[in-house]
Amino acid sequence: MTAPEPVAAVKGRRDAALARLVGGVPFISFLGIRFDRRGDELTAVLPYRDDLIGNPLLPALHGGATAAFLEVAAIVELAWASTWEGMEAASWAPDAPLRLPKTIDLTVDYLRPGLPRDAYARARVNRSGRRYASVHVEAWQDNRSRLFAEASGHFLMPDAG
Amino acid sequence: MAEQTHQEREAIARRFIAVLPFSRALGLRFVGLGAGTAEIEMPWDDRLVGDPATGVVHGGAVFALMDTCAGTAVMTHPSGPRGTATLDLRIDYMRPAQPGRAIVARAECYHVTRSIAFVRATASDGDDRPLATATGAFTIVGAGA
Repeated sequence: MTAPEPVAAVKGRRDAALARLVGGVPFISFLGIRFDRRGDELTAVLPYRDDLIGNPLLPALHGGATAAFLEVAAIVELAWASTWEGMEAASWAPDAPLRLPKTIDLTVDYLRPGLPRDAYARARVNRSGRRYASVHVEAWQDNRSRLFAEASGHFLMPDAG
Repeated sequence: MAEQTHQEREAIARRFIAVLPFSRALGLRFVGLGAGTAEIEMPWDDRLVGDPATGVVHGGAVFALMDTCAGTAVMTHPSGPRGTATLDLRIDYMRPAQPGRAIVARAECYHVTRSIAFVRATASDGDDRPLATATGAFTIVGAGA
């Protein structure tokens, strides 16, 4: 039996793959979104900034910023989930070009105003086929059980044409 | 309730965009409006790219443009809402945006009740074929008060 791969090597490989996926997309940096990883579970984090506000009187996050955050979380989760198997096998090529899913449609429900604080989101791939995938994503702020927005969307997988 | 003049509506819409920090961050520009309609442009910006392989703008940026334009169309509705917020918005992406081109959204608030406004919108980058379409429901704050 071969010795298990050292944990530092496993973490290093996974973190590098995630950093490459997230760091390659200018719009993710524009919004300042980062991703926390626990094993294969990702949490998208949108650190609060004044220029994410849409209603200065409340104040509340802009609905467009919230939607963009949800769409980014969904696409990264989908790309991450489809990278995972290859990454964990020896076949992984760390410098292969990024192949991202494309959004077909997205429905965003605004459940309550986004507060001027950090926001978090987790996406769940409900169905992933060769060509199409369905993803649901939930966003919250102070309390995990009090969602402020959620979204469902369909995505076209890369190489599906 | 007095009907709003075109100038009043335009002042409301310009202010609605100008005071929204996130709209400023996206560089959104007011193009035009009517009674319950609005047209807003998002100039090309490298920072909004969602797919580095193709240079196509991220869907989230297009969504934010559509949401802002739809909300503006609600604010210009002759019933005179004091404020609005998105309840839900669905967007369908028909084709990728051409890299380097501005995207213009047009929205129409086609029905309002005392508490809800219904809006549809399209986005284009200068081509006849739309990039994306959207439909949504918006809250109405203080209509006709």
